[in-house]
Amino acid sequence: MIRRDPYHDPRAVYAWVERIRGASRGLGRRVTFMEVCGTHTHAIAEAGLRRMLPPEVRLISGPGCPVCVTPIDYMDRAVALARRPDVLLCTFGDLMRVPSSDSSLERESARGADVHIVYSARDALAIARERPERLVVFLAVGFETTLPTIAAAIAEADLRGIENFLVLPGAKLIEPPLRALAEDDEIQLDGFLLPGHVSVVLGSDFYRFLERELDLPGVIVGFTPVDVLRGVDQLVQCVTTGMPRVVNLYTRAVTPEGNRLARHVMAHFFEPEDTRWRGLGVIPASGLALREAFAHRDATRLRVELGPSREPPGCRCGEVLKGVIEPPDCPLFGRGCTPAEPVGACMVSSEGTCAAWYRHERGREKTGAEA
Amino acid sequence: MIRHERILLGHGSGGRLTRELIEGLFLPALDNPLLSTLTDSAVFDSIPAGRPALTTDAFVVDPPVFAGGDLGYLSVCGTVNDLAMAGARPVGLTWALILEEGLDTQLLERFVRGAARAAEEAGVPLVAGDTKVVPRGKGDRAFAVTSGLGVVPPGRDLSDRNIRPGDMVVVSGPLGDHGATILAHRHGLEAEGLRSDCAPLGRLVEAALASGAAVRALHDPTRGGLATTVHETATRAGVRVVLEERALPVRPEVRATCELLGLEPLYLACEGRLVAWVAREDALRLVQALREEPLGRGAACVGTVEALENGRAPLVLSTRVGGQRPLDQLSGLDLPRIC
Amino acid sequence: MCLAIPMRLVERGELDGTVELDGVRRRIGLLLCPEAAVGDHVLVHAGYAIGSIDEVEAERTLALIRDALRPAARAGGLP
Repeated sequence: MIRRDPYHDPRAVYAWVERIRGASRGLGRRVTFMEVCGTHTHAIAEAGLRRMLPPEVRLISGPGCPVCVTPIDYMDRAVALARRPDVLLCTFGDLMRVPSSDSSLERESARGADVHIVYSARDALAIARERPERLVVFLAVGFETTLPTIAAAIAEADLRGIENFLVLPGAKLIEPPLRALAEDDEIQLDGFLLPGHVSVVLGSDFYRFLERELDLPGVIVGFTPVDVLRGVDQLVQCVTTGMPRVVNLYTRAVTPEGNRLARHVMAHFFEPEDTRWRGLGVIPASGLALREAFAHRDATRLRVELGPSREPPGCRCGEVLKGVIEPPDCPLFGRGCTPAEPVGACMVSSEGTCAAWYRHERGREKTGAEA
Repeated sequence: MIRHERILLGHGSGGRLTRELIEGLFLPALDNPLLSTLTDSAVFDSIPAGRPALTTDAFVVDPPVFAGGDLGYLSVCGTVNDLAMAGARPVGLTWALILEEGLDTQLLERFVRGAARAAEEAGVPLVAGDTKVVPRGKGDRAFAVTSGLGVVPPGRDLSDRNIRPGDMVVVSGPLGDHGATILAHRHGLEAEGLRSDCAPLGRLVEAALASGAAVRALHDPTRGGLATTVHETATRAGVRVVLEERALPVRPEVRATCELLGLEPLYLACEGRLVAWVAREDALRLVQALREEPLGRGAACVGTVEALENGRAPLVLSTRVGGQRPLDQLSGLDLPRIC
Repeated sequence: MCLAIPMRLVERGELDGTVELDGVRRRIGLLLCPEAAVGDHVLVHAGYAIGSIDEVEAERTLALIRDALRPAARAGGLP
């Protein structure tokens, strides 16, 4: 009963794996490509694509999982908000099990906090309308795919006069880390597999800076196995021809200019701010804060009791997120840090690098990240 | 019928109100000779020959009423199915309820009718019950706790010990219908075609065993879905299973629900399906026998059993694109996600 | 970070509409894609349409994939 579709056709997968093998014979060295989207991490692991690639082509995961890069102090604030009796916290399921310094939303829910898992910011808005006696706080985490939907929900809150709907800003922008990673000598990237759905919003023209300023190829791809392999094939070709280009292979969904209205709505409510990325430190202008005019929607100004934020000892999520080490290199991987009992965010998120590796690639040889 | 619109604390106190509940609601719906004696224990004149089997279960479900069932129907099916997976024929069930003060009586009536319907379909009486009421706020509308007594006929021995390399894994129908229905409801998805698969499996099991196929063991993939059930069984049996993704039956509505919410059908609960471990040479015969039954129409062979080598995963999925990946018993992918 | 699936818009109001895939329907926000028309396929993420599927490009990509299959099919497919 599986939908017959060419994007999952094993013959098509095989055909592109063969093309990649053929193209990489001309490389003369090993190349490293990075994908920066948690959904790509998950899709690649799920289809077992890494195993199919020739040894010259190394595919690593970057900090593209918004849950993984959410700093612990954000979770501490979310937990503190959940503890306020006047707050009803709404969150995507992804954040429920992320550890804070001493708890998690799942644990707070067990202790009696009002925490609702929602599929959409719109659902949180509906809850706010039904529960006017509470302050409904939505955890605004995500990249440029998700932030426009949160901005749209705020716009709808304004239109409908729903005043008890607030957000806790925790969004991340994709461009600053792309630049930082491209320039990082420790990693030595040869190209990016670019996130298909972020690109629906940003447009393919957005990534021109990769070829013009950073001399790196980037290929925008969708999330099926065939989409991803086409992307890897294209990247190998860019490297062998010595012509770094930005190529859009997800043309059925991504246009050169993207969704301008979505970007406009996002910019109407939010502005860039310096923000901390778990494991990467503070990256300038890489996050989004609510504009002053919308302070009444900002849950950051709600008074909470916060202790000092503590990273769990031994956790090497930061290095995993940069692709510097692979999950088995972390001393906690599989020993005290598992999907059932996660220590760091890379293991909590279903598409965190460590979780994806633990689920799908255990028993596999490391690709020698620390060569 | 009950006079009150809502359940009161008094309904659980054992006095007049409790009596009203029993005589006004439970007895008429669940009537059978053993229950109507209303004594402290149901005493059987005799039970059939064989090895007695006893099981217990507790049920909480949100929403309490869903397409294809309700708390009452679900709780009786669940217990009947536990017995059936052991190869036991049910003799009697107990059904206890913990109700929250303020519960809408019509909802309770729905549960009772659901339980009665399941009991009738399964051909088993509910012989004893109890009702307690907790104050408002201390219970999520209703919890049901059951126990089931059955007998495994002489000569029948279903056990994970019997499983060996070379065997095959058969499922009786499409995966994840129940779990998808519940989650769709919770997250505002609508689909006429989405319906819980909740059903009593006694008859299906008898048909499977009567087919002559050498069935080693049976399990129902409830919480955690097929992947969890197979993982647990394989671990207990000390074998390795390779599931074939292309062979897994999944209905289009369930697949679409999973894609939208970021879930996997392999990890969604089924409440009316069985997983059979069967000798290789009998797999086809078993599938055919299941398909002749109304509840087994979508039966399919989905995996093979191999010897387990040191350090390798006990459960592996052979993906439709030609790859392989290990499957854990708990996915963590049971919460809808955006990433 | 981007679980989004293409679904068909089967009904719409001013700010929202109903999308459908394989019999599953949901109400979603259309504020980010106000020009989406009934019958269009839109990309649904976190309860909103974030863009639409270009049917012509979708066909082109499919044709490209099918083309790639032909040599493999002639050679007898997977080993």
